[in-house]
Amino acid sequence: MPALFDAVLELADDHLILGHRLSEWCGHAPMLEEDLALPNMALDLIGTARTLYDYAAQLEGKGRSEDDLAFLRVEREYRNLLICERPNGDFAQTMLRQLYFAAFMEPYWAAAVDSPDAVIRGVAGKAMKEMAYHVRHAGEWVIRLGDGTEDSAARMQAAVAELHRFTGEIFEESAASAALVAEGVLPARAGMRPAWDRVIGMIFAEAMLEAPEVPYPQTGGRRGLHGEHLGHLLAEMQYLQRAYPGATW
Amino acid sequence: MYSQGLIGADGATGETPEFLARFQARIDAEEKIEPNDAMPEGYRRTLIRQIGQHAHSEIVGMLPEGNWITRAPSLKRKAALLAKVQDEGGHGLYLYAAAETLGVSREQMTEELLSGKAKYSSIFNYPTLSWADIGVIGWLVDGAAIMNQIPLCRCSYGPYARAMIRVCKEESFHQRQGYEIVMTLARGTPAQREMAQDALNRWWWPSLMMFGPSDGDSQHSDQSMSWKIKRFTNDELRQKFIDATVPQAEFLGLTVPDPELRWNEEKGGYDHGPIDWAEFWRVVKGGGQMNVDRIRDRRKAWEDGAWVREAALAHAEKRRARRVAQAAE
Repeated sequence: MPALFDAVLELADDHLILGHRLSEWCGHAPMLEEDLALPNMALDLIGTARTLYDYAAQLEGKGRSEDDLAFLRVEREYRNLLICERPNGDFAQTMLRQLYFAAFMEPYWAAAVDSPDAVIRGVAGKAMKEMAYHVRHAGEWVIRLGDGTEDSAARMQAAVAELHRFTGEIFEESAASAALVAEGVLPARAGMRPAWDRVIGMIFAEAMLEAPEVPYPQTGGRRGLHGEHLGHLLAEMQYLQRAYPGATW
Repeated sequence: MYSQGLIGADGATGETPEFLARFQARIDAEEKIEPNDAMPEGYRRTLIRQIGQHAHSEIVGMLPEGNWITRAPSLKRKAALLAKVQDEGGHGLYLYAAAETLGVSREQMTEELLSGKAKYSSIFNYPTLSWADIGVIGWLVDGAAIMNQIPLCRCSYGPYARAMIRVCKEESFHQRQGYEIVMTLARGTPAQREMAQDALNRWWWPSLMMFGPSDGDSQHSDQSMSWKIKRFTNDELRQKFIDATVPQAEFLGLTVPDPELRWNEEKGGYDHGPIDWAEFWRVVKGGGQMNVDRIRDRRKAWEDGAWVREAALAHAEKRRARRVAQAAE
Protein backbone atom coordinates (compact mmCIF):
# COMPACT_ATOMS: atom_id res chain seq x y z
CA MET A 1 0.00 0.00 0.00
CA PRO A 2 2.17 2.86 -1.29
CA ALA A 3 -0.23 5.63 -0.23
CA LEU A 4 -0.06 4.56 3.40
CA PHE A 5 3.74 4.32 3.20
CA ASP A 6 3.92 7.85 1.79
CA ALA A 7 1.47 9.30 4.29
CA VAL A 8 3.20 7.69 7.27
CA LEU A 9 6.55 8.90 5.99
CA GLU A 10 5.23 12.47 5.75
CA LEU A 11 4.17 12.39 9.39
CA ALA A 12 7.44 10.77 10.44
CA ASP A 13 9.47 13.45 8.64
CA ASP A 14 7.51 16.25 10.32
CA HIS A 15 8.25 14.82 13.74
CA LEU A 16 11.90 14.00 13.17
CA ILE A 17 12.81 17.34 11.62
CA LEU A 18 11.03 19.39 14.27
CA GLY A 19 12.46 17.14 17.01
CA HIS A 20 15.93 17.66 15.58
CA ARG A 21 15.45 21.41 15.59
CA LEU A 22 14.37 21.38 19.25
CA SER A 23 17.32 19.18 20.16
CA GLU A 24 19.66 21.91 18.89
CA TRP A 25 18.70 23.95 21.95
CA CYS A 26 19.96 21.38 24.44
CA GLY A 27 22.48 23.10 26.73
CA HIS A 28 21.84 26.56 25.27
CA ALA A 29 18.37 27.44 26.57
CA PRO A 30 17.52 30.70 28.39
CA MET A 31 17.16 28.86 31.72
CA LEU A 32 17.86 25.46 33.16
CA GLU A 33 14.17 24.54 33.25
CA GLU A 34 14.03 25.04 29.48
CA ASP A 35 17.21 23.01 29.06
CA LEU A 36 15.10 20.18 30.43
CA ALA A 37 11.80 21.02 28.71
CA LEU A 38 13.15 21.43 25.16
CA PRO A 39 14.89 18.01 25.02
CA ASN A 40 11.76 16.55 26.57
CA MET A 41 9.63 17.84 23.72
CA ALA A 42 12.30 16.79 21.22
CA LEU A 43 12.20 13.28 22.68
CA ASP A 44 8.43 13.11 22.28
CA LEU A 45 8.72 14.05 18.62
CA ILE A 46 11.64 11.75 17.86
CA GLY A 47 9.89 8.90 19.65
CA THR A 48 6.82 9.35 17.46
CA ALA A 49 9.02 9.60 14.36
CA ARG A 50 10.74 6.32 15.22
CA THR A 51 7.48 4.40 15.51
CA LEU A 52 6.26 5.87 12.24
CA TYR A 53 9.50 5.19 10.33
CA ASP A 54 9.52 1.66 11.62
CA TYR A 55 5.97 1.23 10.42
CA ALA A 56 6.74 2.80 7.05
CA ALA A 57 9.68 0.44 6.64
CA GLN A 58 7.44 -2.55 7.33
CA LEU A 59 4.81 -1.30 4.91
CA GLU A 60 7.42 -0.88 2.23
CA GLY A 61 8.75 -4.40 2.79
CA LYS A 62 12.08 -3.78 1.08
CA GLY A 63 14.24 -4.43 4.09
CA ARG A 64 14.87 -0.77 4.90
CA SER A 65 15.04 0.19 8.58
CA GLU A 66 13.91 3.29 10.47
CA ASP A 67 17.49 4.55 10.25
CA ASP A 68 17.71 3.94 6.50
CA LEU A 69 14.62 6.09 6.06
CA ALA A 70 15.91 8.83 8.35
CA PHE A 71 19.59 8.90 7.42
CA LEU A 72 19.77 7.80 3.81
CA ARG A 73 17.24 10.00 2.06
CA VAL A 74 18.24 13.34 0.56
CA GLU A 75 16.46 16.72 0.76
CA ARG A 76 14.20 16.15 -2.22
CA GLU A 77 13.01 12.85 -0.72
CA TYR A 78 12.09 14.43 2.59
CA ARG A 79 8.36 15.28 2.87
CA ASN A 80 8.20 17.35 6.04
CA LEU A 81 6.21 20.56 6.35
CA LEU A 82 8.29 23.67 5.80
CA ILE A 83 7.47 24.99 9.25
CA CYS A 84 9.23 22.01 10.86
CA GLU A 85 12.55 22.79 9.20
CA ARG A 86 12.58 26.54 9.91
CA PRO A 87 15.66 27.46 11.95
CA ASN A 88 15.17 27.93 15.67
CA GLY A 89 15.66 31.68 15.55
CA ASP A 90 15.26 33.11 19.02
CA PHE A 91 13.26 31.55 21.84
CA ALA A 92 10.11 33.36 20.69
CA GLN A 93 10.32 31.78 17.24
CA THR A 94 11.00 28.33 18.63
CA MET A 95 8.02 28.50 20.96
CA LEU A 96 5.69 29.88 18.31
CA ARG A 97 6.74 27.22 15.80
CA GLN A 98 6.04 24.59 18.45
CA LEU A 99 2.65 26.08 19.22
CA TYR A 100 1.62 26.23 15.57
CA PHE A 101 2.58 22.59 15.05
CA ALA A 102 1.25 21.15 18.29
CA ALA A 103 -2.04 23.06 18.12
CA PHE A 104 -2.61 21.19 14.86
CA MET A 105 -1.29 17.79 15.92
CA GLU A 106 -3.26 17.62 19.16
CA PRO A 107 -6.71 17.53 17.52
CA TYR A 108 -5.28 15.57 14.58
CA TRP A 109 -4.08 12.73 16.79
CA ALA A 110 -7.22 12.96 18.88
CA ALA A 111 -9.23 12.33 15.70
CA ALA A 112 -6.87 9.53 14.64
CA VAL A 113 -7.45 7.42 17.76
CA ASP A 114 -10.42 5.92 15.93
CA SER A 115 -8.40 4.97 12.86
CA PRO A 116 -8.89 1.40 11.62
CA ASP A 117 -5.09 1.21 11.39
CA ALA A 118 -3.74 -0.20 14.67
CA VAL A 119 -0.34 1.51 14.45
CA ILE A 120 -1.87 4.92 13.72
CA ARG A 121 -4.27 4.37 16.60
CA GLY A 122 -1.42 3.47 18.94
CA VAL A 123 0.70 6.47 17.96
CA ALA A 124 -2.31 8.77 18.20
CA GLY A 125 -3.24 7.67 21.70
CA LYS A 126 0.21 8.52 23.03
CA ALA A 127 0.98 11.53 20.89
CA MET A 128 -2.26 13.41 21.56
CA LYS A 129 -1.33 13.65 25.24
CA GLU A 130 2.18 14.81 24.41
CA MET A 131 0.89 17.42 22.00
CA ALA A 132 -1.53 18.73 24.62
CA TYR A 133 1.48 19.34 26.84
CA HIS A 134 3.40 21.02 24.02
CA VAL A 135 0.46 23.34 23.36
CA ARG A 136 0.34 24.24 27.03
CA HIS A 137 4.07 24.77 27.41
CA ALA A 138 4.60 26.68 24.17
CA GLY A 139 1.32 28.56 24.54
CA GLU A 140 2.25 29.79 28.01
CA TRP A 141 5.55 31.08 26.66
CA VAL A 142 3.88 32.84 23.74
CA ILE A 143 1.62 34.59 26.26
CA ARG A 144 4.48 35.48 28.62
CA LEU A 145 6.63 36.84 25.84
CA GLY A 146 3.80 38.57 23.97
CA ASP A 147 2.64 40.26 27.16
CA GLY A 148 6.03 40.62 28.85
CA THR A 149 8.44 43.46 28.15
CA GLU A 150 8.47 45.81 25.18
CA ASP A 151 11.43 43.88 23.78
CA SER A 152 9.82 40.46 24.19
CA ALA A 153 6.55 41.68 22.64
CA ALA A 154 8.44 42.97 19.61
CA ARG A 155 10.29 39.67 19.25
CA MET A 156 7.05 37.72 19.55
CA GLN A 157 5.37 39.83 16.90
CA ALA A 158 8.43 39.36 14.67
CA ALA A 159 8.13 35.60 15.16
CA VAL A 160 4.51 35.71 14.04
CA ALA A 161 5.50 37.75 10.98
CA GLU A 162 8.22 35.22 10.21
CA LEU A 163 6.28 31.99 10.70
CA HIS A 164 2.64 32.64 9.96
CA ARG A 165 3.17 32.26 6.21
CA PHE A 166 4.06 28.58 6.76
CA THR A 167 0.89 27.67 8.66
CA GLY A 168 -1.40 27.20 5.67
CA GLU A 169 0.62 24.23 4.47
CA ILE A 170 -0.16 22.35 7.70
CA PHE A 171 -3.77 21.95 6.52
CA GLU A 172 -3.00 20.73 3.01
CA GLU A 173 -3.35 17.09 1.97
CA SER A 174 -0.85 15.35 -0.26
CA ALA A 175 -2.15 12.88 -2.85
CA ALA A 176 -1.20 10.07 -0.46
CA SER A 177 -2.85 11.49 2.64
CA ALA A 178 -5.96 12.46 0.63
CA ALA A 179 -6.35 8.82 -0.42
CA LEU A 180 -6.15 7.71 3.21
CA VAL A 181 -8.60 10.35 4.34
CA ALA A 182 -10.99 8.96 1.73
CA GLU A 183 -10.53 5.49 3.20
CA GLY A 184 -11.06 6.79 6.73
CA VAL A 185 -7.57 5.80 7.87
CA LEU A 186 -6.36 9.35 8.58
CA PRO A 187 -8.36 12.40 9.69
CA ALA A 188 -8.87 15.22 7.19
CA ARG A 189 -6.38 17.98 7.85
CA ALA A 190 -8.80 20.74 6.93
CA GLY A 191 -11.07 19.44 9.66
CA MET A 192 -8.59 20.66 12.29
CA ARG A 193 -8.93 24.27 11.19
CA PRO A 194 -11.63 25.31 13.69
CA ALA A 195 -9.78 23.79 16.66
CA TRP A 196 -6.47 25.33 15.56
CA ASP A 197 -8.02 28.75 14.98
CA ARG A 198 -9.69 28.64 18.36
CA VAL A 199 -6.51 27.72 20.31
CA ILE A 200 -4.30 30.16 18.45
CA GLY A 201 -6.98 32.85 18.76
CA MET A 202 -7.25 32.39 22.53
CA ILE A 203 -3.50 32.42 23.04
CA PHE A 204 -2.96 35.38 20.73
CA ALA A 205 -5.66 37.36 22.55
CA GLU A 206 -3.87 36.84 25.85
CA ALA A 207 -0.49 37.45 24.26
CA MET A 208 -1.73 40.65 22.61
CA LEU A 209 -0.68 39.34 19.23
CA GLU A 210 -2.41 39.65 15.93
CA ALA A 211 -2.35 37.05 13.21
CA PRO A 212 -1.30 38.82 10.01
CA GLU A 213 -2.83 38.50 6.59
CA VAL A 214 -0.63 36.20 4.55
CA PRO A 215 -0.47 37.41 0.96
CA TYR A 216 1.92 34.66 -0.15
CA PRO A 217 1.51 31.39 1.79
CA GLN A 218 4.50 29.08 1.51
CA THR A 219 4.12 25.43 0.66
CA GLY A 220 5.96 22.59 -1.05
CA GLY A 221 7.44 20.39 1.69
CA ARG A 222 5.21 17.43 0.84
CA ARG A 223 6.62 17.46 -2.69
CA GLY A 224 10.19 17.72 -1.45
CA LEU A 225 10.42 21.41 -2.33
CA HIS A 226 12.16 22.69 0.76
CA GLY A 227 13.95 25.82 1.84
CA GLU A 228 17.72 26.01 1.87
CA HIS A 229 17.96 25.16 5.55
CA LEU A 230 16.92 21.51 5.31
CA GLY A 231 19.97 20.43 3.36
CA HIS A 232 22.27 21.70 6.10
CA LEU A 233 20.21 20.02 8.79
CA LEU A 234 20.38 16.70 6.93
CA ALA A 235 24.09 17.06 6.18
CA GLU A 236 24.73 17.35 9.89
CA MET A 237 22.26 14.69 10.98
CA GLN A 238 23.31 12.14 8.38
CA TYR A 239 27.06 12.70 8.60
CA LEU A 240 28.11 9.45 10.30
CA GLN A 241 25.82 7.24 8.27
CA ARG A 242 27.14 8.82 5.09
CA ALA A 243 30.80 8.79 6.11
CA TYR A 244 30.79 5.13 7.18
CA PRO A 245 28.31 3.36 4.89
CA GLY A 246 26.97 0.08 6.17
CA ALA A 247 28.38 0.37 9.70
CA THR A 248 26.31 -0.56 12.74
CA TRP A 249 26.11 2.00 15.53
CA MET B 1 28.53 13.61 36.04
CA TYR B 2 30.86 14.72 38.66
CA SER B 3 32.87 17.58 40.04
CA GLN B 4 36.49 17.44 40.89
CA GLY B 5 36.04 16.63 44.53
CA LEU B 6 37.11 19.68 46.36
CA ILE B 7 39.57 22.09 44.96
CA GLY B 8 40.27 25.22 46.90
CA ALA B 9 37.70 24.72 49.65
CA ASP B 10 38.35 26.49 52.91
CA GLY B 11 37.27 24.42 55.90
CA ALA B 12 38.47 27.03 58.40
CA THR B 13 35.85 27.72 60.99
CA GLY B 14 35.54 30.02 64.01
CA GLU B 15 33.15 28.29 66.41
CA THR B 16 33.88 27.40 70.03
CA PRO B 17 35.52 24.05 70.77
CA GLU B 18 32.35 22.97 72.62
CA PHE B 19 30.14 23.69 69.61
CA LEU B 20 32.51 21.89 67.29
CA ALA B 21 32.72 18.90 69.62
CA ARG B 22 28.92 18.64 69.82
CA PHE B 23 28.71 18.83 66.03
CA GLN B 24 31.44 16.23 65.61
CA ALA B 25 29.59 13.93 68.03
CA ARG B 26 26.52 14.06 65.80
CA ILE B 27 28.66 13.30 62.76
CA ASP B 28 30.37 10.43 64.54
CA ALA B 29 26.98 9.02 65.50
CA GLU B 30 26.16 9.02 61.75
CA GLU B 31 23.32 11.50 62.25
CA LYS B 32 22.35 13.38 59.11
CA ILE B 33 22.78 17.14 59.26
CA GLU B 34 19.70 18.92 57.94
CA PRO B 35 19.30 22.48 56.54
CA ASN B 36 18.02 24.11 59.74
CA ASP B 37 20.54 22.41 62.04
CA ALA B 38 23.38 24.38 63.59
CA MET B 39 26.59 23.70 61.68
CA PRO B 40 30.10 25.14 61.61
CA GLU B 41 30.63 27.85 59.00
CA GLY B 42 33.49 25.85 57.52
CA TYR B 43 31.18 22.85 57.05
CA ARG B 44 28.57 25.02 55.34
CA ARG B 45 31.16 26.71 53.14
CA THR B 46 32.79 23.43 52.16
CA LEU B 47 29.45 21.94 51.18
CA ILE B 48 28.31 24.99 49.23
CA ARG B 49 31.54 24.83 47.31
CA GLN B 50 31.40 21.10 46.69
CA ILE B 51 27.71 20.93 45.76
CA GLY B 52 28.10 24.06 43.63
CA GLN B 53 31.08 22.60 41.77
CA HIS B 54 29.13 19.41 41.31
CA ALA B 55 26.08 21.26 39.94
CA HIS B 56 28.23 23.38 37.61
CA SER B 57 29.89 20.23 36.31
CA GLU B 58 26.51 18.79 35.38
CA ILE B 59 25.58 21.97 33.54
CA VAL B 60 28.89 22.45 31.71
CA GLY B 61 28.92 18.70 31.08
CA MET B 62 25.86 19.11 28.87
CA LEU B 63 28.02 20.90 26.29
CA PRO B 64 30.60 18.28 25.22
CA GLU B 65 27.93 15.61 24.87
CA GLY B 66 25.41 18.02 23.42
CA ASN B 67 28.00 18.53 20.68
CA TRP B 68 26.94 15.15 19.22
CA ILE B 69 23.16 15.20 19.66
CA THR B 70 22.56 16.54 16.17
CA ARG B 71 25.05 14.07 14.69
CA ALA B 72 24.11 10.90 16.58
CA PRO B 73 24.36 8.01 14.12
CA SER B 74 20.95 6.39 14.64
CA LEU B 75 17.56 7.45 15.93
CA LYS B 76 17.94 5.19 18.94
CA ARG B 77 21.31 6.76 19.83
CA LYS B 78 19.95 10.23 19.25
CA ALA B 79 17.05 9.67 21.63
CA ALA B 80 19.28 8.05 24.26
CA LEU B 81 21.84 10.85 24.10
CA LEU B 82 19.18 13.54 24.34
CA ALA B 83 17.71 11.81 27.36
CA LYS B 84 21.15 11.48 28.91
CA VAL B 85 22.07 15.12 28.46
CA GLN B 86 18.67 16.04 29.82
CA ASP B 87 19.40 13.88 32.87
CA GLU B 88 22.60 15.85 33.44
CA GLY B 89 20.61 19.08 33.40
CA GLY B 90 18.19 17.51 35.87
CA HIS B 91 21.07 16.60 38.17
CA GLY B 92 22.27 20.18 37.96
CA LEU B 93 18.85 21.50 38.94
CA TYR B 94 18.59 19.00 41.77
CA LEU B 95 22.04 19.90 43.07
CA TYR B 96 21.46 23.66 42.87
CA ALA B 97 18.35 23.05 44.96
CA ALA B 98 20.43 21.07 47.49
CA ALA B 99 22.96 23.92 47.65
CA GLU B 100 20.16 26.45 48.12
CA THR B 101 19.27 24.71 51.39
CA LEU B 102 22.60 26.05 52.66
CA GLY B 103 21.68 29.65 52.02
CA VAL B 104 23.09 30.38 48.58
CA SER B 105 20.92 31.15 45.54
CA ARG B 106 21.08 29.56 42.10
CA GLU B 107 21.61 33.02 40.59
CA GLN B 108 24.63 33.58 42.82
CA MET B 109 26.09 30.23 41.87
CA THR B 110 25.43 30.85 38.17
CA GLU B 111 27.12 34.21 38.47
CA GLU B 112 30.19 32.55 39.98
CA LEU B 113 30.31 29.97 37.22
CA LEU B 114 30.05 32.56 34.46
CA SER B 115 32.63 34.85 36.02
CA GLY B 116 35.07 31.97 36.21
CA LYS B 117 35.19 32.15 40.00
CA ALA B 118 33.55 28.77 40.55
CA LYS B 119 35.17 25.59 39.32
CA TYR B 120 33.65 22.63 37.53
CA SER B 121 35.16 19.28 36.66
CA SER B 122 38.28 19.61 34.51
CA ILE B 123 37.13 16.69 32.37
CA PHE B 124 34.70 18.90 30.46
CA ASN B 125 37.50 21.07 29.18
CA TYR B 126 38.45 18.42 26.66
CA PRO B 127 36.74 18.39 23.25
CA THR B 128 34.49 15.58 21.99
CA LEU B 129 36.04 14.76 18.64
CA SER B 130 34.22 11.65 17.49
CA TRP B 131 31.10 9.64 18.19
CA ALA B 132 33.25 7.21 20.17
CA ASP B 133 33.85 10.00 22.68
CA ILE B 134 30.18 9.82 23.60
CA GLY B 135 30.56 6.13 24.42
CA VAL B 136 33.83 6.58 26.27
CA ILE B 137 32.49 9.51 28.29
CA GLY B 138 29.59 7.36 29.43
CA TRP B 139 31.86 4.47 30.23
CA LEU B 140 34.82 6.26 31.87
CA VAL B 141 33.59 9.68 32.96
CA ASP B 142 30.26 8.50 34.30
CA GLY B 143 32.04 5.43 35.65
CA ALA B 144 34.43 7.66 37.59
CA ALA B 145 31.51 9.79 38.71
CA ILE B 146 29.80 6.75 40.14
CA MET B 147 32.93 5.76 42.09
CA ASN B 148 32.99 9.25 43.54
CA GLN B 149 29.29 9.54 44.18
CA ILE B 150 28.35 6.20 45.71
CA PRO B 151 30.11 7.17 48.95
CA LEU B 152 28.41 10.58 48.75
CA CYS B 153 25.07 8.80 49.21
CA ARG B 154 26.27 8.47 52.82
CA CYS B 155 27.50 12.06 53.08
CA SER B 156 26.69 13.63 56.47
CA TYR B 157 24.63 16.42 54.87
CA GLY B 158 21.13 15.02 54.33
CA PRO B 159 19.95 16.88 51.21
CA TYR B 160 23.19 16.15 49.34
CA ALA B 161 23.19 12.48 50.36
CA ARG B 162 19.60 12.03 49.25
CA ALA B 163 20.19 13.81 45.95
CA MET B 164 23.11 11.48 45.30
CA ILE B 165 20.98 8.36 45.63
CA ARG B 166 18.86 9.33 42.67
CA VAL B 167 21.77 10.75 40.70
CA CYS B 168 23.77 7.52 41.14
CA LYS B 169 20.94 5.41 39.74
CA GLU B 170 20.83 7.50 36.60
CA GLU B 171 24.62 7.63 36.27
CA SER B 172 24.91 3.88 36.41
CA PHE B 173 22.41 3.66 33.58
CA HIS B 174 24.50 6.15 31.61
CA GLN B 175 27.63 4.17 32.31
CA ARG B 176 26.12 0.97 30.93
CA GLN B 177 24.79 2.85 27.94
CA GLY B 178 28.24 4.32 27.24
CA TYR B 179 29.91 0.97 27.56
CA GLU B 180 27.40 -0.49 25.13
CA ILE B 181 28.23 2.23 22.58
CA VAL B 182 31.93 1.44 22.90
CA MET B 183 31.24 -2.28 22.64
CA THR B 184 29.29 -1.76 19.42
CA LEU B 185 32.23 0.20 17.99
CA ALA B 186 34.82 -2.30 19.23
CA ARG B 187 32.92 -5.07 17.44
CA GLY B 188 32.29 -2.95 14.36
CA THR B 189 34.38 -2.08 11.32
CA PRO B 190 38.15 -1.43 11.59
CA ALA B 191 37.44 2.30 11.35
CA GLN B 192 34.97 2.12 14.23
CA ARG B 193 37.43 0.11 16.30
CA GLU B 194 40.09 2.70 15.68
CA MET B 195 37.65 5.42 16.67
CA ALA B 196 37.00 3.63 19.97
CA GLN B 197 40.70 3.13 20.72
CA ASP B 198 41.47 6.76 19.91
CA ALA B 199 38.74 7.92 22.26
CA LEU B 200 40.06 5.68 25.05
CA ASN B 201 43.56 7.04 24.46
CA ARG B 202 42.37 10.61 24.82
CA TRP B 203 39.98 10.15 27.79
CA TRP B 204 41.82 7.66 29.97
CA TRP B 205 44.21 10.01 31.76
CA PRO B 206 41.75 12.90 32.14
CA SER B 207 39.32 10.40 33.67
CA LEU B 208 41.90 9.37 36.27
CA MET B 209 42.43 13.06 37.04
CA MET B 210 38.73 13.40 37.87
CA PHE B 211 39.44 11.97 41.31
CA GLY B 212 41.53 15.00 42.14
CA PRO B 213 45.12 15.40 43.33
CA SER B 214 47.00 12.60 45.04
CA ASP B 215 46.32 12.28 48.76
CA GLY B 216 49.62 13.88 49.72
CA ASP B 217 48.71 17.00 47.71
CA SER B 218 45.06 17.33 48.64
CA GLN B 219 44.80 19.94 51.37
CA HIS B 220 41.20 19.53 52.36
CA SER B 221 40.77 15.82 52.60
CA ASP B 222 41.30 15.51 56.34
CA GLN B 223 38.66 17.98 57.44
CA SER B 224 36.17 16.71 54.85
CA MET B 225 36.83 13.15 55.94
CA SER B 226 36.26 13.87 59.62
CA TRP B 227 33.05 15.75 58.78
CA LYS B 228 32.07 12.74 56.67
CA ILE B 229 31.47 14.86 53.61
CA LYS B 230 34.02 12.56 52.08
CA ARG B 231 34.43 8.87 52.92
CA PHE B 232 37.42 7.79 50.85
CA THR B 233 40.57 9.53 49.74
CA ASN B 234 41.15 10.57 46.13
CA ASP B 235 43.75 7.85 45.61
CA GLU B 236 41.54 5.13 47.11
CA LEU B 237 38.72 6.02 44.74
CA ARG B 238 41.07 6.27 41.76
CA GLN B 239 42.43 2.81 42.53
CA LYS B 240 38.93 1.33 42.73
CA PHE B 241 38.10 2.89 39.38
CA ILE B 242 41.20 1.52 37.68
CA ASP B 243 40.65 -1.94 39.11
CA ALA B 244 37.07 -2.00 37.88
CA THR B 245 37.76 -0.48 34.46
CA VAL B 246 40.87 -2.27 33.17
CA PRO B 247 39.10 -5.65 32.84
CA GLN B 248 36.28 -3.90 30.99
CA ALA B 249 38.76 -2.54 28.47
CA GLU B 250 40.34 -5.98 28.09
CA PHE B 251 36.93 -7.50 27.45
CA LEU B 252 36.50 -5.05 24.56
CA GLY B 253 39.95 -5.83 23.21
CA LEU B 254 40.98 -2.19 23.68
CA THR B 255 44.32 -1.11 25.10
CA VAL B 256 44.54 1.16 28.12
CA PRO B 257 47.13 3.79 27.13
CA ASP B 258 49.46 3.18 30.07
CA PRO B 259 52.53 1.05 29.35
CA GLU B 260 53.24 0.78 33.07
CA LEU B 261 49.86 -0.69 33.95
CA ARG B 262 50.45 -4.02 35.78
CA TRP B 263 48.41 -6.24 38.04
CA ASN B 264 49.97 -6.23 41.51
CA GLU B 265 49.11 -9.50 43.16
CA GLU B 266 50.26 -8.34 46.57
CA LYS B 267 47.98 -5.32 46.80
CA GLY B 268 45.23 -6.99 44.80
CA GLY B 269 45.03 -4.05 42.40
CA TYR B 270 46.69 -2.48 39.40
CA ASP B 271 49.82 -0.36 39.53
CA HIS B 272 49.72 2.50 37.06
CA GLY B 273 52.11 4.95 35.47
CA PRO B 274 52.53 8.53 36.70
CA ILE B 275 49.67 10.98 36.19
CA ASP B 276 50.62 14.23 34.51
CA TRP B 277 49.65 16.58 37.33
CA ALA B 278 51.08 19.55 35.48
CA GLU B 279 48.42 19.02 32.85
CA PHE B 280 45.76 18.57 35.51
CA TRP B 281 46.59 21.92 37.15
CA ARG B 282 46.86 23.64 33.80
CA VAL B 283 43.32 22.58 32.92
CA VAL B 284 41.96 23.34 36.41
CA LYS B 285 43.46 26.81 36.22
CA GLY B 286 41.80 27.53 32.88
CA GLY B 287 44.42 26.43 30.36
CA GLY B 288 42.62 23.43 28.89
CA GLN B 289 41.67 23.43 25.24
CA MET B 290 37.98 24.04 25.92
CA ASN B 291 37.93 26.11 29.14
CA VAL B 292 37.36 29.38 27.31
CA ASP B 293 34.79 27.94 24.91
CA ARG B 294 32.76 26.21 27.61
CA ILE B 295 32.33 29.34 29.69
CA ARG B 296 31.75 31.44 26.61
CA ASP B 297 28.96 29.07 25.53
CA ARG B 298 27.36 29.11 28.96
CA ARG B 299 27.61 32.88 29.14
CA LYS B 300 26.14 33.25 25.66
CA ALA B 301 23.17 31.04 26.56
CA TRP B 302 22.67 33.06 29.74
CA GLU B 303 22.98 36.46 28.06
CA ASP B 304 20.93 35.51 25.00
CA GLY B 305 18.22 34.29 27.36
CA ALA B 306 18.15 37.40 29.54
CA TRP B 307 15.25 38.97 27.64
CA VAL B 308 13.23 35.75 28.08
CA ARG B 309 13.76 35.70 31.83
CA GLU B 310 13.01 39.42 32.10
CA ALA B 311 9.81 38.96 30.08
CA ALA B 312 8.69 36.09 32.30
CA LEU B 313 9.16 38.24 35.39
CA ALA B 314 7.46 41.23 33.81
CA HIS B 315 4.52 39.08 32.76
CA ALA B 316 4.15 37.58 36.23
CA GLU B 317 4.18 41.07 37.70
CA LYS B 318 1.51 42.26 35.23
CA ARG B 319 -0.72 39.33 36.13
CA ARG B 320 -0.28 40.01 39.81
CA ALA B 321 -1.14 43.67 39.35
CA ARG B 322 -4.25 42.78 37.33
CA ARG B 323 -5.43 40.38 40.01
CA VAL B 324 -4.97 43.05 42.65
CA ALA B 325 -6.84 45.59 40.50
CA GLN B 326 -9.68 43.15 39.89
CA ALA B 327 -9.97 42.32 43.56
CA ALA B 328 -10.19 46.04 44.36
CA GLU B 329 -13.10 46.59 41.96
